[in-house]
Amino acid sequence: MNRSDILKDIAPIISNELVVCNIGLPSQELHLIDDQPSNFYMLGTMGLSSSIGLGLALAQDKKVISIDGDGSVLTNFGTLPTIANNVADNYILLVIDNGSYGSTGDQPTYAGKKTSITAVAKACGCENVVECQAEDTAQVLKDALAGNKMTIIVAKCESGNIKVPVITMDPVVIRARFMDAVQS
Amino acid sequence: MSVNDKIVSDLVANNVNFVTTVPCKQLAGVIDAIEAQDSIYHIPANKEDEGMGLCAGAFMGGKRPAIIMQNTAIGVTINTLVTLTQYYRMPLPMLISYRGELGEPVACQVEMAVHTKALLAQLNIPTYHFHKPEDVEELDAILKHTFMCNKPVAILTDASFWQGY
Repeated sequence: MNRSDILKDIAPIISNELVVCNIGLPSQELHLIDDQPSNFYMLGTMGLSSSIGLGLALAQDKKVISIDGDGSVLTNFGTLPTIANNVADNYILLVIDNGSYGSTGDQPTYAGKKTSITAVAKACGCENVVECQAEDTAQVLKDALAGNKMTIIVAKCESGNIKVPVITMDPVVIRARFMDAVQS
Repeated sequence: MSVNDKIVSDLVANNVNFVTTVPCKQLAGVIDAIEAQDSIYHIPANKEDEGMGLCAGAFMGGKRPAIIMQNTAIGVTINTLVTLTQYYRMPLPMLISYRGELGEPVACQVEMAVHTKALLAQLNIPTYHFHKPEDVEELDAILKHTFMCNKPVAILTDASFWQGY
């Protein structure tokens, strides 16, 4: 299973939740699989999906899922101590860990080598870190949504991408309909 | 009222209730005052672009955010300012210590000071410069302006404003 297979599996589970989705192919794939006003697609700024999601979770009570990648977490490693020390029990960080920079041509990341995002998250003080295989991601995510505990999920999967169009929606439209979904 | 208390009281009066900070020696007092203010959620960030991500999320969740940082952070955050804050049209007051101006003891700080205003101008970021303590009187209007126009806005505060180091 690769990232798009995981996104297809979890789409029915997250369709009514607030989702902040990582830049590049993750957002483009989610947009193609199941576009929802409650999806915030990042069109720029690699690495900040987890930060935007945490800020959103701290600001209001609805559940928030940040979909991130191993490459993006590596880009913004400082996010993990911030998450650990600002606990929001309505927050789930789903790191789809394919060990590669998918959007730029599957160059390997250090997370696919010696570095364990799961171990780093724990070392940063995150208390509820679950590592799972791709095929178990949907169930792990369901369990996390059912619980009321901030959870970091690291879903290990194969690298590889599907052909998807870029998102042409205006960023202000993405933001406005997302904020309407937050308010509804 | 001290400058620090005045800044926090203007933030509170403008319903700014989510503030992220990356410290600077000059900002220590105002960061302490933010931490002590119950109506503000203070979330220290490890890097300023991370802080701007937190602020973007908080804004979409209904909060009024602000960031407090050093001018060296302009170098760190250009991509975030352009492709997140400006591209999605989000308000962000940025209270910035303007290191490298008169009275600066650390030569390296001047290297970024000479680029600070040029970079902000290049980014079309409305920029205000507090040089004397009484300049703080403009902060209330600047905050209102920021949330009116949905833009990042820079408030540069130099050593003369803070009355030395």
